[in-house]
Amino acid sequence: MTQVELPLFYTFHFYLFGLIAVVSAVLFVTRKSPVAAALWLVNTMFCLAALYVLLDAQFIGAIQVLVYAGAIMVVFLFVIMLLNLGHPSELADARGLGWKLAAGFVGLALLAEVFTLTRSKIPLKFLELKPGALATQIATEGAIAPVAKPLFTEYLLAFELTSVLLLVAIVGAVVLGRRTKDAG
Amino acid sequence: MLAESLFFSAVLFVIGVVGVLTRRNAIIIFMCVELMLNAVNLAFVAFAQVYGMAGQVFVFFVMTVAAAEAAVGLAIIIALFRHRKTVNLEQINLLKG
Repeated sequence: MTQVELPLFYTFHFYLFGLIAVVSAVLFVTRKSPVAAALWLVNTMFCLAALYVLLDAQFIGAIQVLVYAGAIMVVFLFVIMLLNLGHPSELADARGLGWKLAAGFVGLALLAEVFTLTRSKIPLKFLELKPGALATQIATEGAIAPVAKPLFTEYLLAFELTSVLLLVAIVGAVVLGRRTKDAG
Repeated sequence: MLAESLFFSAVLFVIGVVGVLTRRNAIIIFMCVELMLNAVNLAFVAFAQVYGMAGQVFVFFVMTVAAAEAAVGLAIIIALFRHRKTVNLEQINLLKG
């Protein structure tokens, strides 16, 4: 794959947002309070949105902020505060040393596996786009059209199925969240 | 920037896995799963830059599924909390017998 020469401005911000995302994710899994954890996760998601924009996915970056950081995390925070999880008995929820060692081992094994996979060269015949092709397409057609076209042609069936999925999720959430008489 | 994106994606995914394994709070575990979904989304977006738009379309679907999952999962957690008065997974062991 021929490498395009990227400006220093670009690479600097790419690494900056990537590092902030990783650091906030580490802080997220180590915080005791669920509210603090949720806020660090929001920070991670904002940084990921910035990375999406840097990777020529402006529309995905926008809905990352709207849907993930905006809607999903607000629902999480809402439930944390509804259940009043800041209580001290709920805060000490980290597992013992054995679990932590096992988790560290699994984490290292997964990282090693993924790094081995990413070291392998991708055959050139699978490369459909030339470097920078996506950026020029976005420059001519706008940010949304390149996503919308395949979404409403090739993947129309999947798109319609997600609407059914969302309907099922709404009904399921209402049924599960309903207050029954005996459990009131 | 494909290699760098995959690096950040792998690290974020592993942080999510470690979080799932080391925490007992059901809501935090759930948020760790969301972090793992986000990490995979980053890999999809990075590949979309090289392989074509299908990656970004798939991220769109992953986000929809994540939203549905968050709605249903949090409803389950609220129903659990109503019965057991806790979200600590060590104390939710009804199936253990």
